[in-house]
Amino acid sequence: MNMARGRFDKVKGWLYLLPTILFLGAFLVYPLIDVFIYSFEEGYNFTSQTYFGVGIYNYSYVLHDPYFLQAVINTFILVIITVPVSTGLALLISVALHSITRFRNLLQTIYFLPYVTNTLAVGLVFMILFKKTAYSDGLINQLINLFGGNSVDFIDGPYWAKMLVLCIYTIWVVMPFKILILTGALASVNEDYYKAARVDGTSKFRIFRKITLPMISPMIFYLVITGFIGAFKAYSDVVALFGTDLNAAGMNTIVGYVYDMLYGDSGGYPSYASAAAIILFVIILTITVINLMVSRKSVHY
Amino acid sequence: MEIRLEHLTKKFPNRDRKSGWRAKRRSKNSGGKAENANLRGNSDASADLHNDSNSDIPQDVVAVNDFTFTIPDGKLIGLLGPSGCGKSTTLNLISGLLAPTSGRIFFGDDDVTELPPEMRGIGLVFQNYALYPHLTVRQNIMFPLENRKGKDRLSKEQMLSMADEAACLVQIDKLMERRPGELSGGQQQRVAIARALVKQPRVLLLDEPLSNLDARLRLQTRDEIRRIQRETGITTVFVTHDQDEAMSISDLIVVMKEGVVQQIGKPQEVYDSPANLFVAKFLGTPPINVFEGQVRGGKLYIGEDAVLDAGCVTARNEKTAEVPVGGFARKSEGKSAENSAGGETAGVPDRDVWVGIRPEGFLLREDGPFCCELNGVEVMGRDISVLSKNKASVNPVVRSIIGTENKVDTSSPVVRFALRPEKVFLFDRSSEERL
Repeated sequence: MNMARGRFDKVKGWLYLLPTILFLGAFLVYPLIDVFIYSFEEGYNFTSQTYFGVGIYNYSYVLHDPYFLQAVINTFILVIITVPVSTGLALLISVALHSITRFRNLLQTIYFLPYVTNTLAVGLVFMILFKKTAYSDGLINQLINLFGGNSVDFIDGPYWAKMLVLCIYTIWVVMPFKILILTGALASVNEDYYKAARVDGTSKFRIFRKITLPMISPMIFYLVITGFIGAFKAYSDVVALFGTDLNAAGMNTIVGYVYDMLYGDSGGYPSYASAAAIILFVIILTITVINLMVSRKSVHY
Repeated sequence: MEIRLEHLTKKFPNRDRKSGWRAKRRSKNSGGKAENANLRGNSDASADLHNDSNSDIPQDVVAVNDFTFTIPDGKLIGLLGPSGCGKSTTLNLISGLLAPTSGRIFFGDDDVTELPPEMRGIGLVFQNYALYPHLTVRQNIMFPLENRKGKDRLSKEQMLSMADEAACLVQIDKLMERRPGELSGGQQQRVAIARALVKQPRVLLLDEPLSNLDARLRLQTRDEIRRIQRETGITTVFVTHDQDEAMSISDLIVVMKEGVVQQIGKPQEVYDSPANLFVAKFLGTPPINVFEGQVRGGKLYIGEDAVLDAGCVTARNEKTAEVPVGGFARKSEGKSAENSAGGETAGVPDRDVWVGIRPEGFLLREDGPFCCELNGVEVMGRDISVLSKNKASVNPVVRSIIGTENKVDTSSPVVRFALRPEKVFLFDRSSEERL
């Protein structure tokens, strides 16, 4: 009786899990495995579903494709600049928010607004702000002119200008979430720690470095990890700023390259796309493992 | 270091959201409701007060009211009172974490009222210890020392030896490399004390130091605190709501209620001679039994029993529990005048009183004057608790403690007591002051 009961309970557990398992299996696990298989099938034909052989040619092609290399460089620059800058700025703003009482709620709301705003709409606004056409300057260029500089076309001009806009845009978009998390983390630090430190005559800077930072380090770590992953997967932001022909603009990202290989004007190569996707996966995995190893020393749970 | 508090007062602005602009708005809307309450003839004083606090001018909350007291050098002082009585606020005022609304604080001859906490030379131990969880015990203890700059700066060796010394004092020298999370509550408490003591403060302040410990550890740690205080000879103030704790280790206790000091004295003196009904009820386990009583013709009546001569239980017949060190005397001029006017022989004028009788103030006598309805007997080993009922009693059960040599006839419906006059206190019916 009891055994039968236990067995039924087990079945019941799986029964509850079944919808999720089916759903995730069909739309997540199966495609993941399939991508992995695709990436090793050489000369795969989309319509006839045939391929010539199995090997690493797809990887070799992708790694020698200048567009892909450009995409990798773009993505890395984006990651290396935006993750530390956005996390640092968010920390600064959260600490400032935490230390004031007046207008705190108002400012918190304002800082959170970008999070609930549509990415494409924001991209459009950025485009208008930074654009320069033959007839008109955007607001930023007008400001540059005001201070005696020459107009730069940030959207269609030199590489550094486009990268700058992309970085500013990305930082601006990812910041609200980080501020939200960090203000929450700061608020959850027990006030007594600060009182104890004050009684002991600890300087503000030392309190921040020796108490506040270690206390909120798990949250900072979480933001860095998700920040890295999010930045590596950047695509929609780039489209919002520079349109869909990213290879021509020289602003493609790895995810953008994957998309182009599948559906773009030059698309129809699921094998190359799969290989690129797997490479992206390996990069993210490596970076995350490195993050975990570094964090073991500096994150206190 | 002697600590002198002069007319210390702390008011907090009423930060209750209800008293902001929202409340103003709401009070306009709910005007009808308030009228209804009045129509119903709501004469409840507390309700009126409540309405007042919701009026347009937010009222300040007085956490500490005109506290004047000198804490003698090298003594252990217990600030005692129910939660919300202002004892923690007083501690924070001494520490400098809060600034007083008015009044001065002196450490010895230094006026420290305006000094920030770090300049006062205090060690503070928090209720939850506030040990930094990411630092080892040694790093925690050394933390205050590492803050020193300029000419006070210490070398690494000095810091290590001072930390070791403090750790030895509280007997945690074997746990120096552990993190606070790996220690028991009692050990964490010791680390917190070591961290407070390592900078050799002039004053040690303990905020509810024992309330996070279990009962057995509490007893141990309280002796430990006493020992550490004796060994260092440091003036110590500690806050507690546990009267047992305060009674057992303090040199002096300060009983507070709603921001006002009720009585200051040696624990035994305060117990033996409470200044008012509140102090009498607050001190002592099991608590004091309170009865409605009358003084008629020099006799004290509880119900219809004339239990004692009123003259022998009034405060003037005992040596006044004057604090030897502080300038604090609770007894007002008017009252002593009134008492002396009554004279030794004339006794106390007829009046309604509250009668407080300590549980140990009952003596089992067949012919005792005080008659109660017997409820039951609890044998505690060391002594016997007799539970009884009396119509005049404020508490539902009258608990008296008698020696084990007594035999209680449990078949009898009533029990008769004689009272020990020194364990009986009379209080004014309205002011609740001791008579």
